[in-house]
Amino acid sequence: MALDKIGIAKRIAREIQTGWYINLGIGIPTLVANYIPEGIEVVLQSENGLLGIGPFPSKNQVDPDLINAGKQTVTMLNGSSLFNSAESFGMIRGGHVDLTILGAMEVSEHGDIANWKIPGKMVKGMGGAMDLVASADNIIVAMQHVSRSGVSKLLKKCTLPITGLRCVKKVVTDLAVLEVDPEIGFRLLERAPGVTVDEIVQATEGRLTVEGEVPEMTF
Amino acid sequence: MINKLVANADIAINDIRDRSTLMLGGFGLCGIPENCITALLKSGVKGLTCISNNAGVDDFGIGLLLQTRQVVKMISSYVGENAEFERQLLSGELEVELLPQGTLAERIRAGGAGIPGFYTPAGVGTEVGAGKEVRNFNGKDYLLESWLRADFSLVKAWKGDTTGNLIYKGTARNFNPMMAAAGKITIAEVEELVPAGSLDPNQVHTPGIYVQRIFQGSNYEKRIEQYTTLD
Repeated sequence: MALDKIGIAKRIAREIQTGWYINLGIGIPTLVANYIPEGIEVVLQSENGLLGIGPFPSKNQVDPDLINAGKQTVTMLNGSSLFNSAESFGMIRGGHVDLTILGAMEVSEHGDIANWKIPGKMVKGMGGAMDLVASADNIIVAMQHVSRSGVSKLLKKCTLPITGLRCVKKVVTDLAVLEVDPEIGFRLLERAPGVTVDEIVQATEGRLTVEGEVPEMTF
Repeated sequence: MINKLVANADIAINDIRDRSTLMLGGFGLCGIPENCITALLKSGVKGLTCISNNAGVDDFGIGLLLQTRQVVKMISSYVGENAEFERQLLSGELEVELLPQGTLAERIRAGGAGIPGFYTPAGVGTEVGAGKEVRNFNGKDYLLESWLRADFSLVKAWKGDTTGNLIYKGTARNFNPMMAAAGKITIAEVEELVPAGSLDPNQVHTPGIYVQRIFQGSNYEKRIEQYTTLD
């Protein structure tokens, strides 16, 4: 069974370690916050200038001056801090954020990522994505393994405009967990429950290494 | 102390001419100079280049200035959520330069800090890097980016005093402090204007040296783009 979005988020949440500062992109990455295991303490960074994102507010807590990078109303936790956008991206480029989780349209076997523009469609802009992928040492991509029309999104080479080169370290899809080495390509680490290695091979266009028994994911 | 107080937004912006370059603070609709935008609408000034992270929504923020065709160019990082923007972009009425958000923030910071250029990894190997100098430092490639400055910067703060010191609230700070420093003339609108001496100097985010005019704003709507609650 391929994972749903929550399954992908739950599996990524297991990568998280206590003490990390983490930037979550919009979509599945935002869901990861809901599944961080008990006892793991992390600080979430919002690139519009907040460290320590709390839960969504109750109706009487809503503050229009307190939003996340997806422009949703949020709260702050004890120990939160606020800063300007230049400082925020200084934090990101300076390598102070331990983990970046973001969505993608395509990832190549060299770790290139495309996630900001589809030619012929309205361009909305890259926001902070290019700064994040160019700077983070630890980038996990959350995405579907194949597109709705059945085309692999794990490619030899990205076909869409690039967001960043040789930057993705790990990909968690509805079918698999894969490591990315710019020299070797994708390496299959885990299968979604009930998904066969052969199904993953079929769904992966880029170079894929499969070694020994590939375990099923645990959550 | 120098008194920078002006009576209202109309007076504060009355020397902004056609074809000026403006910086407008805010992230989405959070921390935008609502009163100055309303005054620009009334003034009818045209041909504006607006540097702002976003372009508002159809009926609020910079989106209002797009409806009236007062803007000819936007320099932003993300411009979704705006149908009129899309129409003008596709018809060629509006020019748009999209930049990585951190590059935008740093170019503005550099403008205010007198740094004409700097190298950043964001955009290497992408269309953002086209035509820009690439230099390798310690085995990694970086793009040369230049400063941004403006004829006028329009910023919004929570509290301010008559000498132009500003304090922001929450994530409404965003681009406002760097823009305050990067404008030849910086106009600050505040929710609460206080006499000099009332703000704790330890808490000031933008020192008054960057602000040329300040006024007490009014009727803040503070619209929320994505109202999200637990209940």
